[in-house]
Amino acid sequence: MPASPLIICEYCDTVHRHTELDAGASARCINCDGPLYRRSRFDLDAMLALTAASAFVFIIANAYPIVVMQSQGITTETTLWGMVIAAWDSGIAAVAAIAALTVFLFPMLQISLYGYVLPGLRAGKLPREFNAAMRLLHLIRPWSMVEVFLIGVMVSVVKMGKLADVLPQPGLWGFAVLTLLLTALGSFDLRELWLEAEARQP
Amino acid sequence: MRSGMNGERATAMGLIGCETCGLVVQAPRGPQQHAGFCPRCHAALHVRKPDSLTRCWAYLIAAAILYIPANLLPVLRTTQGFDRSSDTILSGVVALWNAGSWDLAVIVFTASIVVPLLKIGTMMMLLITTQAGSTAHRAERTRLYRIMEFVGHWSMLDVFAVALLVALVHFGPLAQVQPGGGIIAFGAVVVLTMLSTMSFDPRLIWDAVPSTNAASVPAKDSGRNE
Repeated sequence: MPASPLIICEYCDTVHRHTELDAGASARCINCDGPLYRRSRFDLDAMLALTAASAFVFIIANAYPIVVMQSQGITTETTLWGMVIAAWDSGIAAVAAIAALTVFLFPMLQISLYGYVLPGLRAGKLPREFNAAMRLLHLIRPWSMVEVFLIGVMVSVVKMGKLADVLPQPGLWGFAVLTLLLTALGSFDLRELWLEAEARQP
Repeated sequence: MRSGMNGERATAMGLIGCETCGLVVQAPRGPQQHAGFCPRCHAALHVRKPDSLTRCWAYLIAAAILYIPANLLPVLRTTQGFDRSSDTILSGVVALWNAGSWDLAVIVFTASIVVPLLKIGTMMMLLITTQAGSTAHRAERTRLYRIMEFVGHWSMLDVFAVALLVALVHFGPLAQVQPGGGIIAFGAVVVLTMLSTMSFDPRLIWDAVPSTNAASVPAKDSGRNE
């Protein structure tokens, strides 16, 4: 490998030399202006802290109800899983599956995989399944939809607000914070993580 | 940025960029699509995504067909006493607007109506121009593709909203709410358009060479590509 590795624009195939960036900066393709690579504001320590915080908030978001509805003295509340099960029971199993995968399983996998990859990377000793974990992270990233779910919940809260008293619950705040944390984690370029891994390998 | 190498392309230099980890490797000789595995991350290497245009078309046509029931079938059926009503995606937006939540109406209208339509239309345009070997407006077409990549999953918003509504009101005292088939079709449209976008290889936009006819007016062409 040469001192400055090459990087190819994934949008137009133009070859560039990889140069070191300042934190928070990003490089764009000279030909098509597509994003080439970026350097996150966060270092590995901050990434690890974000991962731990995400795991904690993920548990809160899923353990507590998202919203509670009160009308005529009857209270109904639901967690994310309650929602998935209700969707399944009412005949829209496909919708239940989409919600379970994109709001529960993929975000959980993302957090777990970061938790698996980062400590080893930081210590300079890669975990055994580092490659598989990184490939999986790359694969599931577009299918994690916590932020979309959050806005979707807000839409239906307003819709139901006409019929009954609908109040946000801790689970909803959990998903709001989780959205911020996952966005921060997503600012880390996986390609940069690969370069980091290469640099730290003996 | 002075990191460019005179704008030379990887195919011209006999290089492949790994789609998964970004490593640059020497491409094997020959026109085959499969080029072995990345030495760093072990993902399959391709000069271009395999059967990109065919797969992109297949997902896109399926999405366009399902877009019809997604909009015609109700997404929610409400029974309130003797009142029965059903909402399609569009009538849900109108109801939001009439209820005075115009801000949410705009969000849902954009995510559920504008984005899927724009996505299907844009992907068709990208496919047709790429298959025709067009060399016009390449940077703009590539930018459009990136926008499609970015907005794709936001259309799932209505699917989640309906699921939550069903969970809260399903057995509630106020009304019976049953989901309609429209929401399944709609969820499928979102997934299919996302798969379509992922299958498309934007590098194909830049693979087109100016045809021999166009070569007689090279000045205009090169001016645009600069």
